[in-house]
Amino acid sequence: MSINSSDTNHSHSHDSHLAHHFKNAEHQFESAKQGIWLFMVTEILMFGGLFVGYSIFHAIYPKMFAEGASHLDWRLGFVNTLVLIFSSYTMAMSIHHLQKNEKSKAVLKLWLTVACGVIFMCIKAYEYSSKFHHGLFPGRYLDVAHVGAEAANLGMYYGFYFCMTGLHGIHVLIGMGLIVWLALRAQKGEFGENYFTPVEGVGIFWHIVDLIWIFLFPLLYLVG
Amino acid sequence: MATATTHSTGHSNGEVNYINEFKGLKSWLTSLDHKRIGLMYMISVLFFFLVGGIFAILLRLELFKPGAQFLTPDQYNQVMTYHGAIMVFMVIIPGIPAILGNFFLPIQIGAKDVAFPRLNLASWYIFMLGAFIAVATLFVGKVDTGWTFYTPYSIKTASAATMMVVAAFIMGMSSILTGLNFIVTVHKLRAPGMTMYRIPLFIWAIYSTAVLQILATPVLGITLMLLAMERTFGVGIFDPKLGGDPVLFQHFFWFYSHPAVYIMILPAMGVVSELIAAFSRKTIFGYTAIAYSSIGIAVVSFFVWGHHMFVSGQSEIAGIVFSFITMLVGVPTAIKMFNWLATLYKGNISFESPMLFALGFLFLFAIGGVTGIMLATIATDVHFHDTYFVVAHFHYVMVGGTLMALMGGFYYWFPKMFGKMYNETLARITFVLIFIGFNVTFFPQFILGAMGMPRRYFDYIPAYEYLNSISTVGSWLIASGFLLSLYVIVTGIRCGEKAPSNPWGAKTLEWQTSSPPPHMNFEVEPIVTAGPYEYK
Repeated sequence: MSINSSDTNHSHSHDSHLAHHFKNAEHQFESAKQGIWLFMVTEILMFGGLFVGYSIFHAIYPKMFAEGASHLDWRLGFVNTLVLIFSSYTMAMSIHHLQKNEKSKAVLKLWLTVACGVIFMCIKAYEYSSKFHHGLFPGRYLDVAHVGAEAANLGMYYGFYFCMTGLHGIHVLIGMGLIVWLALRAQKGEFGENYFTPVEGVGIFWHIVDLIWIFLFPLLYLVG
Repeated sequence: MATATTHSTGHSNGEVNYINEFKGLKSWLTSLDHKRIGLMYMISVLFFFLVGGIFAILLRLELFKPGAQFLTPDQYNQVMTYHGAIMVFMVIIPGIPAILGNFFLPIQIGAKDVAFPRLNLASWYIFMLGAFIAVATLFVGKVDTGWTFYTPYSIKTASAATMMVVAAFIMGMSSILTGLNFIVTVHKLRAPGMTMYRIPLFIWAIYSTAVLQILATPVLGITLMLLAMERTFGVGIFDPKLGGDPVLFQHFFWFYSHPAVYIMILPAMGVVSELIAAFSRKTIFGYTAIAYSSIGIAVVSFFVWGHHMFVSGQSEIAGIVFSFITMLVGVPTAIKMFNWLATLYKGNISFESPMLFALGFLFLFAIGGVTGIMLATIATDVHFHDTYFVVAHFHYVMVGGTLMALMGGFYYWFPKMFGKMYNETLARITFVLIFIGFNVTFFPQFILGAMGMPRRYFDYIPAYEYLNSISTVGSWLIASGFLLSLYVIVTGIRCGEKAPSNPWGAKTLEWQTSSPPPHMNFEVEPIVTAGPYEYK
């Protein structure tokens, strides 16, 4: 309601997406981009807390962490890494197409990105269920009778595994929801070379989520 | 002086402003105007301040005499937890940035609004959601961990600690979004001619605070999430039974919460810089030194968390290093202090109520700071650790610092916010009540702490009775002071005289527009040609 289009302070004409307090579309785009990057800093710091905790306990219990990693299937993790890297490419391409006003190509690339997210989450769900099946639960819920006495101290490793991949998975789900929203808007022709700020913002978010996975994969699957 | 090319004297100013331009409750709850959002924060924060204050009075009444008065030990723990959590998360942290920052940051830099108005409104709703969940824990299972949620007790307690932790996480998110909004606003929306070295010192302080909010809050977020995970899924990271480390929680917690102490005090220092310059009618001494010392405090604050853990079993070397770095914080703080004093020197000082609060800040914050040095020194801290000395110290810094500045800033900007004047005599009486009441309440606690009275205890030996009774009487004085200021505010808004554009003759940009400001802050975009404090 505060956007008053009859505002007499503006001499130039109004773009429909331009808020009243910005000079021009470029000014607004740069501000939005700065905002989303600052938000990404907070995301990285939040995961940073987990990474710090992980490295501390990895240093204290190297054998436990190596053993925990040996129960994970690195091939599944690797496939997921490729899927996410590919999805970053399709996300970037969708912006590229929007800048050239190629609407249908951009929409296709956005849906491809969503599809990659679906594949990632399906593989994740399969991994989780097979861990649960083998009694590999976090912390005190570790099914010692099932995993056997020699693996009885894996609880903490799986505490980290589920916290880190779980938090990451929630981010993937949020990202997918946002990209579906973008794809629907793009279909309606709301974006083009003059206005694609939301796509750029969500794109940056998606790249950071990928990047975090690229750190999680070696830490969780390949240690030891 | 900061020249604004406004023609406010030319037309019938004050006819249409941000308060009366749109009508109805819905126009407030959906408003994207930073000024209205600032007022919405004001109402919510004042409400929580009242609730937190009632809990404080209950604590002091219980401690009036030795032995049980009217609370059980369990209830005492709960009252203490709610007093701390409400005051920290819902009053002192959001206080100055969310109320005064929201209202004046865009106006002081000559912007029409903050960079992301919708995000700004969302921050308020997120804050209210978190606050609502936190208060709802009262009806679910009362939290008794203290506001610090220390493990391992917080893992084991049967109270609604998980819910409280989620509430704090949500309020943290609101804090991050506000900080992010302010940083982008300062970077991108300054008026023509408003260079970084012409922004008022309040903006420098809010800006440094925003940097802290962005860098520190996410770490608290993940810490609290891990605690919630620990309680629901038993992940084992803080649980020694599963190989985890309960002290790690303290490291994570204070890595956020120590910088958070500066999230509380930096905005207060910004307000005081404005007040001292305006009421001494003198160019502020050492503008750049005050500006940079805000950044300095923000940077150093990340490396001092270990001073909360001198007796936690961390290594002696760590203790010595943290002790040393902690004392370094005193350097930028002292720079500010001396610059304020140098500004006052030979200034044309007038003792209006905002200035009284600013001077009260200098006095109380000096005591809080000096006792901080005593606590930063390992040898003395081992004796004072977890005694009332610590309680007195952080109340001097957080209440004597932040709340004094909040009150001063509030009276200073009141005419601008509401377009009315308040009753100056009554306002001065509120200062006297709060200032005297504050010292009567908390000064005896330094002595009690030095005598060995532990903090957080429900009962004490008869030897401590005399000083505890004095302290409780002081709390009544503070309460009457704040209640009187509520009266001053309400009567000021309802039937105060109409305020001129610039009642104090101050030079910063917000005084160049009408009181209260129009919806877009300025009739014509201001062009800045000089620094903010060029009085002579």
